[in-house]
Amino acid sequence: MSTVTAPPRAARHSASSARPGSTARPWTGTGALVRLFLRRDRVRIVGWVLAIGSTVAATVPALEATFPDAASRQARAAILANPSAVMMTGPGFGLENYTFGAMVANELSLALFVAVAIMSILLVVRNTRAEEESGRTEILRALPVGQFAPAAAALLHVALANLALALAVVAGLVGTGMETASSLAMGLATALTGLVFGAVAAVTTQVTARARSASGMAVAVLAVTFVVRGIGDVLDPLGSWLSWLSPIAWAQQTRLFVDLRWWPLVLSAALAVVLLLVAVSLAQRRDLGAGLRQERLGSSVAASALLSVPGLARRLLRGSFFGWAISLFVMGVAFGSLATSLQDMVEEVPEVGQWIGAGRGDLTTAFGAAMLAFLALGVGGFAVGAVLRLRTEEETGRVEAMLTTGASRLGWAGAWFGVVAVQAVLLLLLAGLGLGLGVGAAAGESGIIGRITVAALAYTPAVLVLAGFALALLGWLPRAASLAWAVVAWAVFVGWIGALLDLPGVLAGLSPVHHTPAVPAESASAAPLLVMSLIALVTVVAGLVGFRRRDVGA
Amino acid sequence: MGTFAIEAHQLVKTFGAARALDGFDLTVETGQIAGFLGPNGSGKSTTIRVLLGMLRADSGTADVLGLDSWRDAVDLHRRLAYVAGDVSLWPNLTGGEIIDLLTRIHRGPRGSARRAQLLERFDLDPAKKARTYSKGNRQKVALVAALCSDVELYLFDEPTSGLDPLMEAVFTDEVRRLREQGRTVLLSSHILAEVEKLCDTVTIIRGGRAVESGTLAQLRHLTRSAVTATTTADPAVLRAAPGVHDLTRDNHYLRFDVDDSQISAVLGLLAQVGVQNLTISPPSLEELFLRHYGDDVGPAADLGKAERVR
Ligand SMILES: Nc1ncnc2c1ncn2[C@@H]1O[C@H](COP(=O)(O)OP(=O)(O)OP(=O)(O)O)[C@@H](O)[C@H]1O
Ligand SMILES: [Mg+2]
Repeated sequence: MSTVTAPPRAARHSASSARPGSTARPWTGTGALVRLFLRRDRVRIVGWVLAIGSTVAATVPALEATFPDAASRQARAAILANPSAVMMTGPGFGLENYTFGAMVANELSLALFVAVAIMSILLVVRNTRAEEESGRTEILRALPVGQFAPAAAALLHVALANLALALAVVAGLVGTGMETASSLAMGLATALTGLVFGAVAAVTTQVTARARSASGMAVAVLAVTFVVRGIGDVLDPLGSWLSWLSPIAWAQQTRLFVDLRWWPLVLSAALAVVLLLVAVSLAQRRDLGAGLRQERLGSSVAASALLSVPGLARRLLRGSFFGWAISLFVMGVAFGSLATSLQDMVEEVPEVGQWIGAGRGDLTTAFGAAMLAFLALGVGGFAVGAVLRLRTEEETGRVEAMLTTGASRLGWAGAWFGVVAVQAVLLLLLAGLGLGLGVGAAAGESGIIGRITVAALAYTPAVLVLAGFALALLGWLPRAASLAWAVVAWAVFVGWIGALLDLPGVLAGLSPVHHTPAVPAESASAAPLLVMSLIALVTVVAGLVGFRRRDVGA
Repeated sequence: MGTFAIEAHQLVKTFGAARALDGFDLTVETGQIAGFLGPNGSGKSTTIRVLLGMLRADSGTADVLGLDSWRDAVDLHRRLAYVAGDVSLWPNLTGGEIIDLLTRIHRGPRGSARRAQLLERFDLDPAKKARTYSKGNRQKVALVAALCSDVELYLFDEPTSGLDPLMEAVFTDEVRRLREQGRTVLLSSHILAEVEKLCDTVTIIRGGRAVESGTLAQLRHLTRSAVTATTTADPAVLRAAPGVHDLTRDNHYLRFDVDDSQISAVLGLLAQVGVQNLTISPPSLEELFLRHYGDDVGPAADLGKAERVR
């Protein structure tokens, strides 16, 4: 009976929706899509907002406890002139009278901006290119949804997420008694920086047909802007012309809590708009599902190197491996080259030496050690991402295809992990080499190149603990495997602002990188490395056992 | 009676509260082509994945090629080929690379004649990246890889979904060829014509249980033929006859179903009554399935099941 009435109803429906779907109303359905995306991402967004908001709110009281008087704050200000500190903080406004506000602005804001940029990139790619790649956009577009609606909705969605985050930042600052105007400015700067990188991702998702490369490209842009402003700030402590080339610097140049000015944020807003227009114009030039580049033909026969599990793993991880290899090497050289400014600094400000550990030996080496720890975190990120690719392989059903070709479960997961481990070691060496070359050239001593390169290997156990934890989750809690990222995020947090907040040892100790001796400045004591190697081994074995006994595709 | 390539008994598989398999039995003789039918979500793919050792059954046994499907999965996989219901390929490998990867242990030389022949028959360009294949072409990559493999058992989960009729015919042809070579095939499908053409035996699963199983001929016997006739006489005698069901009369136009076992008796009655014309259509497989797929499989049908299952 219902089948009799259905056709006329369907016909009427499609007749009324035919026009909005065409170019006349390309934005139709945007609101509904925003609601869909918010529903899909609510846990993620709340997680980001809570993590960042609580970090901000916790910072001010922590600073008050760690730096109770003006003298201690001035001592802290002095060490900020050191290039490795400038790299990880920003232009040093108000160092002569170092208030809590100036501290928050100088030492917390960069981490905040990078975090919000990463959040925005991930959200945009997830709701645009990843959806398109999976074919779900096609389903949506077949509904009465305009041509631009999915992209517009993704951007509105990320704007809302940034707004929520900005509110959390403002609340965290004002709630702990910080000055209102600058708190608002910091919130706005956070949101606009997020939007800029969301817009960058909107452009990269047009350029490439793969979600993974789209986020890779956007994160690479973030890394470049990070390094550019770092070098710029080292050249001139209040920001040189080079800093001004980076959108991250604009947010920092608002001189929060020192001498507030709003106008640099206009630059951020303008760039976000320009990038969005670029994204829209690129979007009109391509078909749904396609990138700007046409897919080339490949080989019709497989090379022998591909015909094994390690071969396949190498092939599938190739893009990510080379991307990280280039980035880590270039960053290493860039960081390392900052060592030039070290010597003058020490002469002017003796506290610098104290901060990076004067007792541990020569200053250049100490600087190298501090930068090496940062690069090692990047390798940890690569390793976790590479292990979690196993989950993608499983969710798409490709693991089953490989297992039915005679690979055992142990062979599959074990060989994959082996490839990741080897590539992680190579990346560590490469990052160490880059850093060594940079430091060696800047400090004019070639001996340090080899020392830093070898020292990088000390981070192998820490990286393997991160990767092993991801594998253990994959074996036992496959649906929660992406929690492994939380540990990486924690390690970054501890390495970056943990010292500033004077985190309790137990909490800081959750980061494996924290336990690695600061080589080459410290001697590589074997005990922590052995313990971490053992932990890595246990997690890997646990992961393999778990993967062997559970359902595939669960 | 030969040996069994697949012997599954009382399989139970639950996902949380849902019972995907609920005491399911399946046997396939070596050298046979077995059809595997059932409505959406009835447990076909789950069964195949248990047989492959991808899923671990909560209880019951699954022996495939004489091996335990969970414990001996790796040895088992060397002797079978599988095409998943939902083919997903590595987007940035080419079709040719994927075929070589999936057949890496079954075949020595990559440029084998059989591979080339299958690529040609399925009209597939192996140099294209998997990302750029259409749905049907992705399916063909998986099929070529499986058919290239020289193994004892082939498991196909809805192998022809997405194939055009021409390619479907090629597939049918290839499966017949496997039968000639004495290979065993288990084929799940929603395309009844395909099952009818290819399969020696059929198992119907519903709600995780086997509701029918046997050769097509056996299944047909359990059904009724449809009779239409034109007659001026009173059909009362027919209505009362054993084995006649659902008799309707519209003017002189008479329709009813008759149990196949009663056909000759009913024909006699029809001759007595006198008819102007007569058609008897054998039960189509479709009718058989619809009876098992639809909601109207009431308790009566379930009661009858015990005798119907071989
Ligand atoms: N991983 C899983 N988690 C939860 N439930 C599952 C899972 N896999 C299958 N199921 C459930 O088990 C039941 C059987 O699913 P299965 O995929 O075997 O059906 P099917 O017969 O292959 O259906 P179709 O004809 O649509 O392919 C369904 O109800 C399905 O929802
Ligand atoms: Mg299925």
